[in-house]
Amino acid sequence: MQDFGAAFGLAFHLILSGDSELAAIILLSLQVSLSAVVAACAIGLPLGAATAVYRFPGRGALILFTNAMMGLPPVVVGLLIYLMLSNAGPLGVFGLLYSPTAMIIAQTVLVTPIVAALARQVIADLHAEYDEQLRSLGLSGARTMATLLWDGRYSLLTVALAGFGRAVAEVGAVIIVGGNIDHVTRVMTTAIALETSKGDLGLALALGIILISLSLLVNGSVMALRSTAARSAYA
Amino acid sequence: MLDAAAAIARHEPVPAFRSAILPVEARGLVFEAGGRRLIDGIDLRLESGGGRTVIIGPNGAGKSLLLRLLHGLIAPTAGAVLWQGRPADRSIRHRQAMVFQRPVLLRRSANANMLHALRAHGFSRAEAKERARTWLDRAELAQLAEQPARLLSGGEQQRLAVARALSLDPEVLFLDEPTASLDPASTHGIETLIQNAAAAGTKIVLVTHDLGHARRLADEIVFLYHGRIEARDRAATFFGAMSNARVRAFVEGRIVF
Repeated sequence: MQDFGAAFGLAFHLILSGDSELAAIILLSLQVSLSAVVAACAIGLPLGAATAVYRFPGRGALILFTNAMMGLPPVVVGLLIYLMLSNAGPLGVFGLLYSPTAMIIAQTVLVTPIVAALARQVIADLHAEYDEQLRSLGLSGARTMATLLWDGRYSLLTVALAGFGRAVAEVGAVIIVGGNIDHVTRVMTTAIALETSKGDLGLALALGIILISLSLLVNGSVMALRSTAARSAYA
Repeated sequence: MLDAAAAIARHEPVPAFRSAILPVEARGLVFEAGGRRLIDGIDLRLESGGGRTVIIGPNGAGKSLLLRLLHGLIAPTAGAVLWQGRPADRSIRHRQAMVFQRPVLLRRSANANMLHALRAHGFSRAEAKERARTWLDRAELAQLAEQPARLLSGGEQQRLAVARALSLDPEVLFLDEPTASLDPASTHGIETLIQNAAAAGTKIVLVTHDLGHARRLADEIVFLYHGRIEARDRAATFFGAMSNARVRAFVEGRIVF
């Protein structure tokens, strides 16, 4: 039986002392997940807006596919990205396997459907409200999308947050394509998995506490921002 | 401008205005939805030369639908809307504007709402800023320019929507019950903007079920009933003679169905 009290004590000591190993893991986690969320938003927001605004053949199938992809098992994504990036794979020549870039790619694949599907819903609701006015103004499809994305920005922040939550908490894909290499590809979730298996609960708990705190901090910030925007009738 | 205003006051066409898109003609316009014929073969021609055409009729007569069909927001089931004999294209649409019963304002400041519409219509940044300032001033909203548009009062929001539409210099302005649910002061503000626009040569096509509003604004009245034009006449004649039994029943407040 582990001494949980001691583990918690060690966890808080690591956090409060600013342990360099802990800091490196947190920093890499944030770099990987934020990069993945930015990439996923760059792809998913226009995709979601386009499926909300345009009517084209196959739109229903695309929406269904995107929604289904929200539940992609991370280990399957990890495996597919691994096959693509391995030396024998089509992208093997770039030598990206076991690098933070590979982890960003895996998380982007996981997060993009979430961003696209949730953004489509947000934009579709806004579009229903603005549609006649924007058509009366003679806006093109691209300008309509731009208008809706801007006016839905506060709701879309929540979408990005949901994507970040998925990315930063994900372990299956990044451990396969990143390899959990110390000081290279070790992020919070993979470190927690490793340290727990080694019985080093202190570091695992410290990372767990930070992960939860991070989630609370980001959620709280976005909630405050949305609340301010709602009071100003911008949300 | 004064001559134009006087001509409109006399309910005469204003020949000085040469329109690039009018007359607009609805030919055999039909619109069906849910198995019901909501617009039933309307033929209507609106001439150039400014003036205010007010469309009235009981609920469900198809007033708002007709406005949307004319503006091109919905496509007819049959028939056509022709502008100087041709279907609307981008340039024709850019010379029209519409104000909705419930103003659709972006989640931005009043000024940003103006700028968005002006930029969308191709005005340069500097020109858009100048026009926005001018029209916010005319709508007595200058002091609220940086306020979130959706926090303005109902009357202010509708004034902003009308100012936004008029800032685009439309030749034809469609208004769908712009004063519904507004108090008399707000209604007066909206009517002033509309009358000034008409005096400046903008063709006004307005839907309302407020007869006072119609009497004050209309040069001519189109009375719609069950998707058809039941009566059409100059306003003075329309309200004076009321030879049509349905028109009389509607004006006298008896239910028409």
